[in-house]
Amino acid sequence: MTFIFDAAVTKRQFDVSFTLSDGETLAVLGPNGAGKSTLLNLISGLLSPDSGHAELDGETLFAAGPGRQRAWKPPHTRGVSLLAQEALLFPHLTVLDNVAFGPTSTGVTKKSARAAARTWLAEVDAGELEGRKPAQLSGGQAQRIAVARALAADPKLLLLDEPMAALDIAVAPALRRTLRRVLEHRTAIIVTHDILDAYTLADRVIVIDHGHIVEDGPTRSILEQPRDPFTADIAGLNVLSGIRTATGLRTTDGTELDTARPLVSITSATECTAAVRPANVRVSTRRPDASVNALFKAVTDLEPRGDLIRVRADGIAADATPADVADLDLGIGTSAWFTFSADDAVIYPTKR
Amino acid sequence: MKASQQYAGIPKWVLAIAIIGALFVMLPLVAMVVRVNWAEFIPLITSQSSIDALLLSLRTSSIATLLCIIVGVPMALVLARTSFPGQRILRSLVLLPLVLPPVVGGIALLYTFGRQGLLKAPMDFLGIQIAFSTTAVILAQTFVALPFLVLSLEGALRTVGTRYEAIGATLGAGPTTVLRRITLPLVLPALISGAVLSFARALGEFGATLTFAGSLQGVTRTLPLEIYLQRETDPDAAVALSLVLIAVAIIVVGLANQIGSNSRLYGERIS
Repeated sequence: MTFIFDAAVTKRQFDVSFTLSDGETLAVLGPNGAGKSTLLNLISGLLSPDSGHAELDGETLFAAGPGRQRAWKPPHTRGVSLLAQEALLFPHLTVLDNVAFGPTSTGVTKKSARAAARTWLAEVDAGELEGRKPAQLSGGQAQRIAVARALAADPKLLLLDEPMAALDIAVAPALRRTLRRVLEHRTAIIVTHDILDAYTLADRVIVIDHGHIVEDGPTRSILEQPRDPFTADIAGLNVLSGIRTATGLRTTDGTELDTARPLVSITSATECTAAVRPANVRVSTRRPDASVNALFKAVTDLEPRGDLIRVRADGIAADATPADVADLDLGIGTSAWFTFSADDAVIYPTKR
Repeated sequence: MKASQQYAGIPKWVLAIAIIGALFVMLPLVAMVVRVNWAEFIPLITSQSSIDALLLSLRTSSIATLLCIIVGVPMALVLARTSFPGQRILRSLVLLPLVLPPVVGGIALLYTFGRQGLLKAPMDFLGIQIAFSTTAVILAQTFVALPFLVLSLEGALRTVGTRYEAIGATLGAGPTTVLRRITLPLVLPALISGAVLSFARALGEFGATLTFAGSLQGVTRTLPLEIYLQRETDPDAAVALSLVLIAVAIIVVGLANQIGSNSRLYGERIS
């Protein structure tokens, strides 16, 4: 274990603990205000916890709270670099001096700091920009240089706070490829809203909600078999929880659902979750026949997504065409049948 | 310069009042320029007492500005970057010389550093006498000029924010390195314009200087004091010297504006 983290901030109702092994990249997902920024600020030393303890490579970052010897390592001695949503390149320094900032601060000569900076600029394909000032860069270029700057400081742990969020959709893929290359075998924590970042960059995912971890596990298993509604939502899935029956699942509110046969058989009455893609859910105002799963729910939200509209109701969502939404005269508050076939519903035990 | 006119929407009466205000400021300058005895101008401003006063003013104002920077930068940093109980009161007190009549400031300084002042014992022990010396001139100027630097720098520090400093810290730079390589370069335009304002205020200082330092030619008689004194005996000399002071002030304000517009080079990114 190279990184151990356990901290609570009472005022923000934040209480999170996890460990990270050497070379592991962790994605932190969660809704706005869930405590992701608090987490990064605690690790980088911009915020101190009410109680808890964190260790990086055997060195204590902080310790506080009852029964603990109070300890606090200032940010610049932690070996933790932060890459923020905005590049925040120092406007008065050239690109090269920005990247050389970390090495120079640790006391190496200007010449070798610049040599290191050039290596990292080449690593992010930005070598030709070294003489420019930050004001002369595009958003994507600036963020790539910020990546180089963070890495040039040779951090033991790299924190990334939604590094792609402020970028144009057109330039995000290039930066994602760069990150994928440089994050390999590097201990890093990436806070993101984007499931693609989690899939391409992270070995493991934790999901934070209301200041607490609600999911923790390997990226694919968390995102393909989500247990809680927030994870399901960002993974683009509906989840219905209940207990195992002979042919499927009985939901907590008593609806019987048929599901596809599980990969591994699940004993009856076990707590289970069924997942179904919104694309496979149909909305209709007429009562469907008994051969499909059907839930009668009031529409709570209509959200345009590309050329489809996601029709949300309590516990389930469906993707419908704008024409269907118009024909059915769906509005917020309209009750409708949400139907899906057994083959489209995947069932798995709720406990991992 | 003006390629296209943008709709400004200023009522005509606002414009009229603005013009009256501008005239109010500019007419006295014109009146003085008109009154200058140009034939005698050079001899008037190059008399021994005039040159003594001008050189003394420039020397003391420069040192006072330097003192303002040395103590003002840490003060602005503490006011902008920390929070502690009583901070608001402290800020008001620090900025007090801005609104205090300079004569009152001079009296206050006299009762601090004067022969019978608050610091009498330590100063006697060290054998220092300050009142009615060039040092007193510098102290009086620093006292009245300091708030200008602190105020302008504190505002700039708040505008720049702490995000760049936080990034610098996570890149391994200690607080002093962050201050030297990030904070100060980012607020440099405000620091320079604050220093220029302080210099201008120090140069024009009259009341506190007269009260605390007196008026001794070549020692404490700065240019404003010399002008006031000459007005009694030789009005032509007073007017000529006033024009010199105005010229210096205009150069200083122009310099401050120049720096202010240069600061917009990367100002947009900061805010």
